[in-house]
Amino acid sequence: MRWTSRIAKSSLLTPRTREKWGTRRLVSAGALILILALLSSGAGPEKHLAVYSVAANYSLPLLQRDGRNYVGLLELLEPLGRVSARTEGSHWRLRFNNLDGDFQAGKTRARVQNREADLGGKFLMENKRGLVPLGSLSSLLPRILGGPVSLHEEAGRLLIGSVATHFTASLAGDNPPRLVFHFTAPVNPTIATEPGALRMTFSREPVVGPASPTLTFGSKAIPSASYSESNGAAVVTVSSSVPVMATFGNDGRTIVVTGTAATAQNSAPSGSPTTAEPASAQAPPAATPAPATPPAARRYFAVVDASHGGDDHGETLSNSLLEKDVTVALARSLRQELESRGITTLVLRDSDANLPVDQRAVFANADHAAIYIALHAASSGRGVRVYTALLPFGDDDRGPFRSWTTAQHASLPLSQSTASAVASELQKRQIPVRSLIAPLRPLNNVTGPAIAVEVAPQGSDVNQLTAPDYQQLVTSAVATAIAASRDQLGGAP
Amino acid sequence: MIPRHLVIAMGVLLAAALGLSIYAWHMRTVATTTPVASVDSRLLAPPIAGPTERIVLFVAHDDDGTLRGESALIPMPSGRQQRAEELLQALLSHYLDKSSPHVLGAGSEIRSVYLVDPGVAVIDVNAAFADTHRSGVLVEELTVTSLIQTVTVNTPGILKVKILVDGKERDTLAGHADLSSYYDVSAVNQLATELQPGQ
Repeated sequence: MRWTSRIAKSSLLTPRTREKWGTRRLVSAGALILILALLSSGAGPEKHLAVYSVAANYSLPLLQRDGRNYVGLLELLEPLGRVSARTEGSHWRLRFNNLDGDFQAGKTRARVQNREADLGGKFLMENKRGLVPLGSLSSLLPRILGGPVSLHEEAGRLLIGSVATHFTASLAGDNPPRLVFHFTAPVNPTIATEPGALRMTFSREPVVGPASPTLTFGSKAIPSASYSESNGAAVVTVSSSVPVMATFGNDGRTIVVTGTAATAQNSAPSGSPTTAEPASAQAPPAATPAPATPPAARRYFAVVDASHGGDDHGETLSNSLLEKDVTVALARSLRQELESRGITTLVLRDSDANLPVDQRAVFANADHAAIYIALHAASSGRGVRVYTALLPFGDDDRGPFRSWTTAQHASLPLSQSTASAVASELQKRQIPVRSLIAPLRPLNNVTGPAIAVEVAPQGSDVNQLTAPDYQQLVTSAVATAIAASRDQLGGAP
Repeated sequence: MIPRHLVIAMGVLLAAALGLSIYAWHMRTVATTTPVASVDSRLLAPPIAGPTERIVLFVAHDDDGTLRGESALIPMPSGRQQRAEELLQALLSHYLDKSSPHVLGAGSEIRSVYLVDPGVAVIDVNAAFADTHRSGVLVEELTVTSLIQTVTVNTPGILKVKILVDGKERDTLAGHADLSSYYDVSAVNQLATELQPGQ
């Protein structure tokens, strides 16, 4: 028998041989542990979720539980508003601004503002932290935040509100070959080059891809570009048969990928694998001088604020009509009118959500919007009133600081000229209009140009406020005036 | 034996006591069942002692969204603070009239006006004033401007005005006009000019 003969053999070993075998075993075990440790450390980077919102861009670690990706809900909401949570037994109660949520450990459903929400997986509580499945965010967050979100689950990217930066790519010449990328907001990617490709990695910007992930250009030198997303970043890879380099222009809104026939000081030539620093760290290009500091992070030219919302109904216009509902409809109409004129627009409240006035101003200020437009509706009076902030005379700013209550001070002249332009455009369309100052928050808290537009019916029928024709008549006039003031507003602080 | 006249007197007294009891019971029932027509909740104040003066009330008009100065003759006390209160009471009585061009809700009151040196006036209105106020940027703006302009034009030396509701700070009057900050009188004066007819 094999087993018995082996024992017999081992019993025949000398003590020195046994010692040698023991040492070998020890070394083998150590090597095995070392290999396992190396394998585990090389298992890939920690997965995380990149979050892009008007208020802040940040990333959170993703936790693997039961074969799913989970994320801490409190940590996710913290940068977006006032949030707190408390545990009561198996219940985890969330409060975000004025909204309440009730989650229960082990349950797949939760209650948000007294409405059921399906989480698509169990809610987990760990050390008083509330963890929700990553996939549940696409249905859960719109209820909590009151606006749309876009979850790219596989790539670990979450876009809150209309923050996405879109781009187009077009070939501008073939000798030398020039591929021009236009972005809807300033970008600052990390650029890496290697033989046959230039890769732009957008980890800080909410860049989203075109309809087709691969773009072809019919050029031998730069035949195509492709878009992909992974682990919280978007990557645009330009394939090329010649060495290429990238230059930045238009305050970070344009990236030009050029073949070697052209040279630029701040380019990253391909040929040997290199990684270029983001544009802000480079010298300005010779052709389009860029500022030494990073470009202003303006994502939207216009911020349209549908006033009121949630518990704040605004005026009860009729038995079945609330001001908060009319302002949302007006905001959507104005967004459409502005975007049709090439003006990037963010609607602050696109659903029936509570949004404190302070937070509305924070959103507008954080985005450095060129114009903030608050929308109101009223049953009294006729036509439209255009308001600018009522501010105390004199400037009470203290050195480098700005008073929150008079933050509008520096931009007030531009706000007033914009209000005049809007009023004049409304007059052209035979709509009765008045321009006034008003003690209306958050106009005084917005640092950039800011106006409020209060829409009343032209006659005595308050239902005209819901008529799409009337809404479009007003919003198209406002949009035309904003488009006409674009150059003036574009240079605003 | 009890004398006859004492028995008669006792009987009359008992009959009178019974009759009064029945009458008191009847009156009590009538008092509890008869509804009170209306309760005037305004604070009782002694009649104003002082000469009649011509003052200017800045009255809001909803029909065209304007603020118009209207002169009135009212008896004015000598104290500065009492004068300010009396001005606003006169304005309020204008607005509580159903034929007013800018009607305020029933039960609206000016609780007090405090003049705090240097140059700060605090107007304290009751909760009904704000709770029953119509909502809207212009309609609220008209009320606020009317109050402030009436006090400050007739009471020189006021630079800033704060409006409280039931002694407490409130964010807005009825969803629009900001009550969280102090009003700069010069800025309100500019607004009052913009709100004048023909502007």
